[in-house]
Amino acid sequence: METRNEIRFILNGQEVRRKGVRAAETLLDFLRLEQRMTGTKEGCAEGDCGACTVLVGRLSEGALVYEPVNACIRFLATVDGCHVVTVEHLRGADGSLHPVQRAMVEHHGSQCGFCTPGIVMALYALWMRVPEPSVTQIETALQGNLCRCTGYAPIIRAAQAVGAVGDPLEAERAAVKTRLEQLKDGARVAIEDGFLPGDLDDFAAVYADFPEATIVAGATDVGLWVTKFLRDIGPAIFIGHLDELRRIGKGAAGLLIGAGVSYEEALEEVSGAYPHLGPYLSRIAGWQVRGMGTIGGNIANGSPIGDMPPALIALGAQLVLRRGKTRREMPLEDYFIEYGEQDRHEGEFVEAVMLPVRAGEWIDAAYKVSKRRDEDISAVACGISIRLEGEVIAEARIAFGGMAGTPKRAEAAEAALVGEAFGEEAFDAAVEALALDFSPLTDWRASAEYRMTVARNLLRRFWAEEGAGEVAQLVREGQL
Amino acid sequence: MSGAPKGAAHQAVAHESAEKHVSGRADYTDDLVTPVGCLHAYLGGADVTHGLIMGMDLSAVEAAPGVLGVLTAVDIPGKNQISAVHAGDEPLFPEEMVEYHGQPLFAVVAETRDQARRAAALAEIEISPLPHVLSVGEAMESRLPHVTAPLKLQRGDARKALDAAPRRLAGRMEVGGQEHFYLEGQIALAIPGEDDEMVIHCSTQHPSEAQAIVADVLGVPANAVVVNVRRMGGGFGGKESQMNLFAAVAAMAARRFGRAVKLRPDRDQDMAITGKRHDFLGSYDVGFDDAGRIVGVEAELAARCGFSADLSGPVTDRACFHFDNAYYLPEVTITSRPMKTNTVSNTAFRGFGGPQGMLVGERVIEEIAYALGRDPLEIRRANFYREGADETPYHQKVEDNIIARVVDELEESADYQARRAAVLEHNAKGGIIRKGIALTPVKFGISFTATWYNQAGALIHIYKDGSVHLNHGGTEMGQGLNTKVAQVVSEALGVDLDRIKVTKTTTEKVPNTSATAASSGADLNGMAALDACETLKARLAGFLRESRGVEEVEFLPGRVRAGAEEIDWTALISEAYMARVQLSATGFYKTPKIHWDRDKGQGRPFFYFAYGAACSEVSVDTLTGEYMVERVDILHDVGRSLNPAVDLGQVEGAFAQGMGWLTTEELWWDEDGRLRTHAPSTYKIPLASDMPRDFRVKLAEWSENPERTIKRSKAVGEPPFMLAMCVLEALSMAVASVCDYAECPRLDAPATPERVLIAVERLRR
Repeated sequence: METRNEIRFILNGQEVRRKGVRAAETLLDFLRLEQRMTGTKEGCAEGDCGACTVLVGRLSEGALVYEPVNACIRFLATVDGCHVVTVEHLRGADGSLHPVQRAMVEHHGSQCGFCTPGIVMALYALWMRVPEPSVTQIETALQGNLCRCTGYAPIIRAAQAVGAVGDPLEAERAAVKTRLEQLKDGARVAIEDGFLPGDLDDFAAVYADFPEATIVAGATDVGLWVTKFLRDIGPAIFIGHLDELRRIGKGAAGLLIGAGVSYEEALEEVSGAYPHLGPYLSRIAGWQVRGMGTIGGNIANGSPIGDMPPALIALGAQLVLRRGKTRREMPLEDYFIEYGEQDRHEGEFVEAVMLPVRAGEWIDAAYKVSKRRDEDISAVACGISIRLEGEVIAEARIAFGGMAGTPKRAEAAEAALVGEAFGEEAFDAAVEALALDFSPLTDWRASAEYRMTVARNLLRRFWAEEGAGEVAQLVREGQL
Repeated sequence: MSGAPKGAAHQAVAHESAEKHVSGRADYTDDLVTPVGCLHAYLGGADVTHGLIMGMDLSAVEAAPGVLGVLTAVDIPGKNQISAVHAGDEPLFPEEMVEYHGQPLFAVVAETRDQARRAAALAEIEISPLPHVLSVGEAMESRLPHVTAPLKLQRGDARKALDAAPRRLAGRMEVGGQEHFYLEGQIALAIPGEDDEMVIHCSTQHPSEAQAIVADVLGVPANAVVVNVRRMGGGFGGKESQMNLFAAVAAMAARRFGRAVKLRPDRDQDMAITGKRHDFLGSYDVGFDDAGRIVGVEAELAARCGFSADLSGPVTDRACFHFDNAYYLPEVTITSRPMKTNTVSNTAFRGFGGPQGMLVGERVIEEIAYALGRDPLEIRRANFYREGADETPYHQKVEDNIIARVVDELEESADYQARRAAVLEHNAKGGIIRKGIALTPVKFGISFTATWYNQAGALIHIYKDGSVHLNHGGTEMGQGLNTKVAQVVSEALGVDLDRIKVTKTTTEKVPNTSATAASSGADLNGMAALDACETLKARLAGFLRESRGVEEVEFLPGRVRAGAEEIDWTALISEAYMARVQLSATGFYKTPKIHWDRDKGQGRPFFYFAYGAACSEVSVDTLTGEYMVERVDILHDVGRSLNPAVDLGQVEGAFAQGMGWLTTEELWWDEDGRLRTHAPSTYKIPLASDMPRDFRVKLAEWSENPERTIKRSKAVGEPPFMLAMCVLEALSMAVASVCDYAECPRLDAPATPERVLIAVERLRR
């Protein structure tokens, strides 16, 4: 395979070619320190505040798609073949403000102004998709942007006021797309201490050669290894650009979700097949992180909380691992051995997650409980799926995150349900049994007592909602 | 009237930097072009909470790539002391003892920030640990000292009144602290000059104090140090004294290496080593009658101050001053307990102790309501300050009381009674989701209680082309101060706002300034700027009278009328310059009427009061403790608003910040004394989706400050923060519904979903 030794991308209106990129270089440092484009701010360097939001446009299945991205944890190497748009690009050459900027001024959407460039970029990304968004859509788009001054009210008013007017940046789109198509050469890119493989097979081959390498997909976790812990991630293999990993296959067997599929990309297909996952997915992280972070990465890194695994385990997900040309499959729950240890062999990577089609009548739910409703790591995450045969619970799959060192099935609670009539009594027994399944820890997110109480009550919630037909959780109007 | 200039006072104009904010062209300190050869410093800290420093091996730090050297206490040319109140208890770098986890012990200076940051982690520091005390409760049990003298406010004989009271109850409340979470972190850039000169650009609310501290640390007079700040990316009190450390270290490093030095901690270090809102443990003993009227109260407000005094004295004083909120307390004793703990030294934060004291006071009201089975609003009304019952616990009379009108209007516009009935009806049906509603008032005293702080200066130049250059001693942190002061000048001079440029705040232009704090920015600096305008206008009028031989001179928008003649502003200025009229003037202001005798606990610490009221309705999931704030109505008093758009933004933003304080913002230290909520991933301030969907905020348009403040406006920075108290009480009501309101849930703050659920479970039993 052909190897290229420089990364190439478009920054606002200018093409950039750069040799000798190091794996740990962030897009934000490149912008602020090297380009001296200081409109993009650093607020937290961990992808939680959104002050560094820029847009990254990339070709996806032939279309040019712009996504809001946290430049602080986006590695520079990964914008190869992309169009990076910063806040500086929105204002016209004649000094005229972009419609989104104009609305923010007219509605007094900035006070101290430090979060403002990031908010403008997030709102621009939203407006490109939905020129006249609902409040829910605005709130969802701003889940990854913190403002400490305004209380958001004027920002929401601004977002509603922009309206369906023309985008001055539309004029450059065709040329940008053409140029990005030209830049997409399918070559392997070698950087100072890592690679961007040319395709999936190339990735498998490179990783077999460098099994000690750090695999970086969305970088929403690995980014923090660099910005927070000053870790060296080289050699690194970046895989976020591999189209083959970003696909969702829909077949007779079920849904096959490529390991590089981001939360955002998964939303439509996954919530189509499993409607209960729609609202759940929209509460994972903020928009920027959902656009970058991948379901495969969330699994591969083995977080004890990992928002997705409990819900996926409950659905009977199978994990597909690959090394070179060899693949193996396992139930997702078996991948997590204990805290910090997963069943992944040297040179092996997560290739996909399979959600098999299930026989019978299933009732599914997924719950997330956190200190703050949105963009917060769960205190407790939970997936519950039960299969009924008539009035009897024939099968139960219940998994929790935040309750142990790994995402884990609640086997005693499951056993208490199976074979019992679908009724409050069975769930009372499952609630009791949960003590056998878990002894959670206390930390800054929640006390052990709270975690245990909530876990029990989530089983009660399931019965209340799915069995008794009660209103048993708060739903924000307009929510998915 | 011949109209007002474009952008003059009382108009809802945009923030002066709005267009720059939205296009990324507003420069913050980290965005400034640095001089060639600029170096970067980074702080290295202790990995122990309390202990004796036995030795520091910094050889690996010095040997790291790019490092030019390290700085420790021995390298300080002047005083090793940065206490904002000159308490002598806050060394820049401690030499003997570590007093909180992460306390900076040295700085490393390198070619790049990344190099300095990596090098700082390589220090080997030997510390012999000592036992540590983290919480207020433990500090009181361990009989740790006060960091500063407590305050006692007393009127009448509370003990006697309590003993004679028909009913009596006592309780305790924990009130959590709060991280400022200014989006722009602490930062300082120091540029050495000739002789002993040093120029500092930093993100500070208090340039004159930074100047004084840097001068002390460098051992040079204040006239050698210039501190500049164009704008901050948020302050909220967190940059009143907390930037001293960063400014001093950057300056020290710049002096040592003779090159510019920038110091910017990462977010985690910023949160670990800068002070926060004080958390409090409030206790109260209250006597009342069957109508809910308070007859006597004793309260103690103990605060976690951290290892040093910093601003804890005035903060805990202000807690005492605001325990009464809007209520007359006939016989009362309120005492503060500023407790020393082995934590970072707590500091100013919007409200400055007032919110904590007020919240405990409102808990007393809530308790009485539950004890009597009444709507807390009735108890509030029964106790409002009123004619003949208008003396505060600090013996100042409340002369401008409008709380009853504000509350009445809000009760009506928010449809409180009908909605409360609906909430009660909803809860009566049982079910998992419960609702709560509460309406709470705010009365907040305006003025620094350190009386000498209530002064300000301004400097105005009119250039030959008629454009105006405005400088004042206040700092812009997003609150719109520059906009408001410029609007005052616009109106006074009759010049359109776009001809007035407010430039960076600098100690070179206005000396000896007070912190931009205590909501006082526009009150003080607006008046000082107006004073300068009056001087300039008097000179121009004098010139016209003399040159035109007329008596009557009137300043109109864009022009001046002298007798029958109208002269365009630009022409006038040009003519005045040619006639050698001085076109530059300083202005000065000091707040009248105020005085305060702290030893006696008597005086008039506040020039006036700002008022407001808010009503919140919430829903609570009693299985998980999760909640949503569904609707909020606010009526707030800003007097005659200098800028209704800016003021509305302050009210909305303060409410959100107050709501965060009382709900999801939780500071959590582990047993070893490490702050574990030190970044936005773990410390949760409100998001857009936490805001009420139905958010109705109004300014009390009829209000006008009876005192002669700038254009009869009122301060707005802090008072609306406390409007959020109704959120806590509404949550409390939803919780109490599970026991049919038989008991006050005594929900501590912040009421995280965990605290709410635990209260629900407790009341169910």
